[in-house]
Amino acid sequence: MTPCMALEDFVDLKLGHYNKDGIEVVDVEGEIDVYTAPRLRELLIDLVNKNNYQLVVNMEKVEFLDSTGLGVLVGGLKRVRAHDGSLDLVCTQERILKIFRITGLTKVFGIHETVDEAIAAKKLEK
Amino acid sequence: MATVEVTFTPLPAHVRTARLVATAVARRSGVDEALLDEVRLAVGEACSRAVEAHRRHCPAEPVKIEMTDQGERFVVVVSDQAPASNATLHGATAGANGHGVTTLIQGADDAGIPVGFGLAVISGLAEDVHVSSTSSGVSVRMSWPSATAAG
Repeated sequence: MTPCMALEDFVDLKLGHYNKDGIEVVDVEGEIDVYTAPRLRELLIDLVNKNNYQLVVNMEKVEFLDSTGLGVLVGGLKRVRAHDGSLDLVCTQERILKIFRITGLTKVFGIHETVDEAIAAKKLEK
Repeated sequence: MATVEVTFTPLPAHVRTARLVATAVARRSGVDEALLDEVRLAVGEACSRAVEAHRRHCPAEPVKIEMTDQGERFVVVVSDQAPASNATLHGATAGANGHGVTTLIQGADDAGIPVGFGLAVISGLAEDVHVSSTSSGVSVRMSWPSATAAG
């Protein structure tokens, strides 16, 4: 593989979602930055508009997250909270967790190690 | 003279390329592997801020990145040609933790993050950050120790 090909050969952002036990789980893979974050924002808005107010965003396959991505997650949190909902995260990667710690957002989001743990926590909240 | 100098059209799609180049040059300059994620994120934040500023004020002008191996320090300067707002410069001095979380939560909406938050994140990431504003634009200078400093 040439260096040029390596630079272009990437998954920028893959999004998927499914419902488990009444909670919408959003799978995110790739890089969330100023270029790709609008796609995640659109998905979160779409889910809320379809009356999904209990969200879990699985970030285990996120390779990069910047402040634009944080803004999208916080925007999603504000939307679900307006309907008495919640938005929790699944993340164990230190390099991603670091930006949440730097910004103080570990106090704002529920951050879990697995999707099942996040769902169990949400059921306890109900 | 910079070791590597890159200019790019202020489009979000190019920010990824810019941070990949910066990370590659940092590695080549001997920056510790453990710091490369910080370099990548900080340069990405600086470029994102510059791109947004150019899109508002001067979309035809390019954003410039200069990366220099100064022996003991690897220095990155991201320069734009857009006028700085007070909010932008406040972000650089506020720090991300504490003030930042309140600002982010209050300011986040469909338009995105509050102005200046990216700089606050950079301040939380890099140990050496200087933001300067002149009549020709804003410069964000960041540096990290390189191999020479460790050895």
